[in-house]
Amino acid sequence: MTSHDLRAENLTLGYSDTDIVTDLDVQIPDGRITVIVGANACGKSTLLRGLARLLTPRGGQVVLDGKSVQDMRSIDVAKVLGLLPQSPVAPDGITVGDLVGRGRYPHQGWFRRWSDDDDRAVEAALEATGTTELADRNISELSGGQRQRVWVAMALAQDTDLLLLDEPTTFLDINHQVELLDLLTDLNRASGKTIVIVLHDLNLACRYADHIIAMKKGAILAEGAPKDVITAAVVTEVFGLACEVVPDPVSDTPMIVPRGRHHAPQAVIQRLA
Amino acid sequence: MAATLEAPVVRSGRTRRRRRAVVATTVLAIVVFCQFVLTMMVGDHFVPPVDVMLSAVHLGDDPMTDFIVRDLRLPTAATALGVGLALGIAGVVFQKLLGNPLASPDFVGVSSGASAFAVAAIVISNAGAAVVSASALSGALLTALIIYLLAWRDGISGYRFVLIGIGVSQFMLSIVGYIVSRGDLYEAREAMTWIVGTVGQAGTGELRTLLGALVLIIPVALVLERPLRMLELGDDTAKALGSRVELNRVAMIALSVVLVGFATAVAGPIMFVALIAGPIAQRITGPGGGILAAGLVGAAIVLGADLVAQHLLPTSLPTGVITGIIGAPYLIWLLATVNREGRGG
Repeated sequence: MTSHDLRAENLTLGYSDTDIVTDLDVQIPDGRITVIVGANACGKSTLLRGLARLLTPRGGQVVLDGKSVQDMRSIDVAKVLGLLPQSPVAPDGITVGDLVGRGRYPHQGWFRRWSDDDDRAVEAALEATGTTELADRNISELSGGQRQRVWVAMALAQDTDLLLLDEPTTFLDINHQVELLDLLTDLNRASGKTIVIVLHDLNLACRYADHIIAMKKGAILAEGAPKDVITAAVVTEVFGLACEVVPDPVSDTPMIVPRGRHHAPQAVIQRLA
Repeated sequence: MAATLEAPVVRSGRTRRRRRAVVATTVLAIVVFCQFVLTMMVGDHFVPPVDVMLSAVHLGDDPMTDFIVRDLRLPTAATALGVGLALGIAGVVFQKLLGNPLASPDFVGVSSGASAFAVAAIVISNAGAAVVSASALSGALLTALIIYLLAWRDGISGYRFVLIGIGVSQFMLSIVGYIVSRGDLYEAREAMTWIVGTVGQAGTGELRTLLGALVLIIPVALVLERPLRMLELGDDTAKALGSRVELNRVAMIALSVVLVGFATAVAGPIMFVALIAGPIAQRITGPGGGILAAGLVGAAIVLGADLVAQHLLPTSLPTGVITGIIGAPYLIWLLATVNREGRGG
């Protein structure tokens, strides 16, 4: 992996007539796993799409290796930076092998069609995601967990140094969520791939992130290592949720325990206080 | 990534997919060719296949056969072939582009737009071939533009496009109805036959325009097959993979709309061909199959429908009646299953 510099400068993004992200500056740490968290509609997915050049900035710019991505050819961006959207669409009747192979698009051209490199990249992507045996299966026959692994495989076949994923665990049960995040961590540790994930689950976010970004109303409220950033005060500020933050018994990262209005006997509250 | 890894699974899967697509497309081409020749063989006077082919390429020596084949039957056969190819290609491009099996140009109103303008040209101004072709084309383009603009909201969603298209289609059909009701009896009858759609009464001028357009557009469509394979993954994925989504989409819609416009000018709005050609082609070729296969299936349907309409039934019927009989049950089945699978959007 070559090292890369992906950053947003005074970035403003929006749809129709509303700005979602306003005047935001951020730098994505190279070779690390960054997780973006925040309440619904705080602009975390919008930021991710902006970083991946899916949205044209209303103001400011996204800079990749010193160049504004808007000035780069889309195919050149796609060789360095991949994105797995929130709910990708699989065409009718497509097989796993065919779908994963489409991740090779930016490496091909009008005259340079399919090569041995493409075969090898697809094979490696299937291997890494444990989907090799599924290669000839139809996407519609797969379970949600398998399908998500196949989409990750497609993004891996693209063979980019940076990979952005928009809520990749949304439709997965807890077991498959952990499996997928483990897989992404493997990829990061093995090859130094820079990974940016938008996640809903704060506890998993704290466990898997090297760098966490907490967003609120289109701006970054706090960022840094989860241990330094995720405190009860920050969670309350970001999500409007009263909570306790305790060490995760497995990973020793911050773990959020919501208070709620029920199920909290006085004795326990006093012990915590 | 893992440069030394062998890739037998991937390669064999890809080779198998491609082989199936190539074999199936070749078989389809042969079937279409046979139907094309058969169309020129049968009729009141039977002409053997060899004589048909010799005569069609100007190598025959019997003036009687030449007259039957070249003057009477070749225009019909060529119309069926050209219209079928055009509708099949346009249909599959729309469906893949919008990710919705209902999004074919005859269903979303592009064909109705072409009809409205062509009928206006026929009834109101008694126009010649060039004007009818041009009217149908501008009707198709204008309708597509209206639907595109109305459906645009930070991008195009297949579902919204289909719904708005159906609305626009009804609007255009009401215009057709109005024009026909204003025309005198002879013109109105003329227009009604044309509205059902038939390959038997094509004007040479319109036919030439369509065939010329096909010669230019088919190679372009085949080149655009690669970006189309990106666009069917949805806008976000396609953009993330470096595809220029808006440019490619506009190019592909324009190309399909031109084909529909010219095809409609030649034979009227032959319904359902664009809707069913793509899905049938995909069943035959597997998911590796493409635009050309869909065009060939379209041609096979129109040629087959014409043969049935002219020779198998006691009275000869317009081609559009036969395609309607095949297409309507498919549409009902599609509506039922699309909703069940929740794939309407």
